[in-house]
Amino acid sequence: MNIQETYTSLGLSDFEYDRILELMGRAPNFLELSLFSVMWSEHCGYKNSRPLLGRFPNRGPQVLQGPGENAGVVEVGDGWALVFKMESHNHPSAVEPFEGAATGVGGIIRDVLAMGARPVALLDSLRFGPLDDERNRYLFREVVRGIGHYGNAVGVPTVGGEVEFARAYSGNPLVNAMCVGIIRSESLMRARAVGEGNLVILFGAKTGRDGIHGATFASDELGEGSEERRPNVQVGDPFAEKMLIECSLRMLDEDLLVSLQDLGAAGITSSASEMAAKGGVGIEIDTSLVSLREEGMEPWEIVISESQERMLAIVEPEKAGEVLKLAERYELEAAVVGRVASHGDLRILEDGEVVGTVPAGHLADAPTYEREVVRPSYLDAIEPLDLDLATLPPPEDYSSALLAMLAHPNLCSRRSVYTQYDHQVGANTVVLPGADAAVMRIKDTSLGFAATADCKGRHCYLDPKGGAASAVAEAYRNLSCVGAEPVALTDCLNFGSPEKPEAYYQLVSCIEGLAEACEVLNTPVVSGNVSLYNETERGAVYPTPTVGMVGLFEDVNRRATPAIKREGDALVLVGDFRPSLGGSEYLEIVYGRMAGTPPAPDLAGEKAAADAVRRAIAAGVVDTAHDLSGGGLAVTLAEMAMKGGVGVEARLLPGGRQDVALFGEVGGCILVAVPEERLGELEEHLGGVHHNRIGQTGGERLKVAGIDVGLDELRGAYERDLFERYAPEGGQIG
Amino acid sequence: MRIGVTVFPGSNCDRDAMHGIERAGAVPVELWHADADLKGVDAVVVPGGFSYGDYLRPGAIARFAKVMGPLEEFANSGGPVLGVCNGFQVLTEAHLLPGALLRNSNMRFICDRVAVRVENTGTPWTSLFEPGHELTLPVAHNEGNYFADERTLAELEDEGRVVLRYLENPNGSANDIAGICSEGRNVVGLMPHPERASDPLLGSGEGLRVFESMLRFAGARA
Repeated sequence: MNIQETYTSLGLSDFEYDRILELMGRAPNFLELSLFSVMWSEHCGYKNSRPLLGRFPNRGPQVLQGPGENAGVVEVGDGWALVFKMESHNHPSAVEPFEGAATGVGGIIRDVLAMGARPVALLDSLRFGPLDDERNRYLFREVVRGIGHYGNAVGVPTVGGEVEFARAYSGNPLVNAMCVGIIRSESLMRARAVGEGNLVILFGAKTGRDGIHGATFASDELGEGSEERRPNVQVGDPFAEKMLIECSLRMLDEDLLVSLQDLGAAGITSSASEMAAKGGVGIEIDTSLVSLREEGMEPWEIVISESQERMLAIVEPEKAGEVLKLAERYELEAAVVGRVASHGDLRILEDGEVVGTVPAGHLADAPTYEREVVRPSYLDAIEPLDLDLATLPPPEDYSSALLAMLAHPNLCSRRSVYTQYDHQVGANTVVLPGADAAVMRIKDTSLGFAATADCKGRHCYLDPKGGAASAVAEAYRNLSCVGAEPVALTDCLNFGSPEKPEAYYQLVSCIEGLAEACEVLNTPVVSGNVSLYNETERGAVYPTPTVGMVGLFEDVNRRATPAIKREGDALVLVGDFRPSLGGSEYLEIVYGRMAGTPPAPDLAGEKAAADAVRRAIAAGVVDTAHDLSGGGLAVTLAEMAMKGGVGVEARLLPGGRQDVALFGEVGGCILVAVPEERLGELEEHLGGVHHNRIGQTGGERLKVAGIDVGLDELRGAYERDLFERYAPEGGQIG
Repeated sequence: MRIGVTVFPGSNCDRDAMHGIERAGAVPVELWHADADLKGVDAVVVPGGFSYGDYLRPGAIARFAKVMGPLEEFANSGGPVLGVCNGFQVLTEAHLLPGALLRNSNMRFICDRVAVRVENTGTPWTSLFEPGHELTLPVAHNEGNYFADERTLAELEDEGRVVLRYLENPNGSANDIAGICSEGRNVVGLMPHPERASDPLLGSGEGLRVFESMLRFAGARA
């Protein structure tokens, strides 16, 4: 192999190789080239997204740590802080779904742990192709099993998330995992190496050949050869991770560490060079000191191995003994593998001999690409906002239409998914999965937090900027529906190849939409992740900028859920109700069409409605709220009735076509149920926000316009088992 | 009153159990797996989780941990022991309770809230319940499908050693068994998690009565 073939096979371009030559002033050896290859991959280096991410607002009064660390941090109160981040594990999950999803969970937990926080909640945002395809069923089943396998054993509850199915994700599922941790804010750690002569300790699992060049694999399109890249996928051991969590927290508790960093993509290389670059120092690693799982590993393999369940700590020499002893107590491998130096390089040694040395700053400084933004032609071909309703005959039977929608994989209950996840371990889960957002308490305080993950890929495809803004708005609304004040978000930007104009346009537009919404809603982006090249030979995934947002409760006892609590409550629709069929579930499920522009987000109206409902919840006036989302008003009513076991009788607001009012989608609308005697108080909180009383709770049926269905029949459609229904004849389920 | 909580590598409900014990008014004491020492506690909880990663078989490795030596002696001499979920599995592996817990019949992990009935109030851990009391408790397990041979099942039933029974069987357990006790009534194994139902804020505080039962039992004994 000549040098060009070598760097090309490592995923580096001619331009990038020339840049390396220029920076180094000499030709790098193979190990050094490997370091650049992993650190300059899209996955680690954010080559295409970095110039765009600066658009995000990332400051706010409650932000303690914005982007640039392992996770973002916001202040809760009483000295507590929340640490959170979301990350993708799409490529590994496409070829090895069980381990891919499992290690995705493990990786995001370590990001939160590296900040010094105890991980207390997990959420997963998942996307698959339709379940009529056997491969998609396999991916779905194994991803869910993998998440459960890891999360359940590691003892962090999986409390929320979302699942969406669409043809665009066939063969390229999206697996985004989010973790939230809590910490006393004075105990926050940062991944910054300091102090010449301090020691570098690697602890956790042994280092093997798994995941070599995983970061590079994650930075390429999926194709025919992807199956052969299974060896690029890491294998997870949640048992080791559990020990790693307890051991790391104990070390931090005893104030033994100067700095802590997890090992994720690009292994030791990424951890050590980032710590060195941030601290303005050098780090030396002697690979002969790393305890190995396999024999005959070369130094370059050792430093880029992505073996899971490992952490890197910077420790003062006099505390090293204590650190090693604690690791032994938790039955973890641990060794001093290097030291902090003043030279500024990531220097790799083998038995004391230097085998490669690169300035850490160069590794952290991947070249960036800014491309021309060209509006793709498909956007012009999408039917305009005003769908020709004449081509859509209204359904003959509205009850059947509702039942068909409730049974659709995109709208039905997620119960068959979340019952496979331990969502209660830790004894902090106040609102269980199935509500608008998960609600967690902070023990021994009245404080709590809520978390949600949201995005509608189809909307982002039909209207990249508006769809992305709507994702932020939906998260804001979901948190408000449970009564939590939204404070900040993490994002996971899943897109196709940025080298293709269509995906690049989507990326740029979605970032703009997210940023605008964050500004209006005052929810800064404090951490995030970018996953590009989500493409197969069939094309790119829908642009999917997943938003993971957290909100806070001063008093977690003041909260709401969608379940109707009582008979005789008044149903009040809050928000400007202007439903549309553009890009709706109804259009796709009942008519098999994906067309029209989804409703443009009215961010100011969104904020006013959500804030008003949240104030009413905080005041103890409202305990029942649910937003209007996929499937429109009819689905919202049905869910509230089913979850509460109480029927509803509602009427539609005058004007417009009946099916548009029932099933059309709209942002910024929340349905609340309040006892008659509290209507006055509710009105006060709503102030000038649009609202209409549309019915009352009671009985055991859902009655609205042409719909009249019993709760049992609704449940029969909604509570389907997503794994069973599509199991092949005689095939295994679960 | 001091209640020990064993901590194996991979236990993950140990902190929840300690929290529940504290809320019930007792003092939780960590019993580290590698120390053959019960620290003079009055009772022991073997908590849920995935001890030793569930490798080989849930509970199969934990039963050989150092702490199990004195724990077995304690149990055999009448000391009150409660195994929850993985703790139940550990106690069956250690032959402190009969039978075994197999994979759930639907071959999936199940996390849910299930209705159960208290069948035996003559154990230290259930003495505060009314016989036949029905309550809802969380479950979270992959192997909760209770199995024993016909003779053992008949013995358990005849001797009133079924402590908790599912009203709707989630996992295929024989005779809808959710919990059993030893011949001496002092060792109890439950698949549902009482410690997760230890606060009305989390939906139910009824699980606390399991620990409160222990307090009353100890009080009565003293």
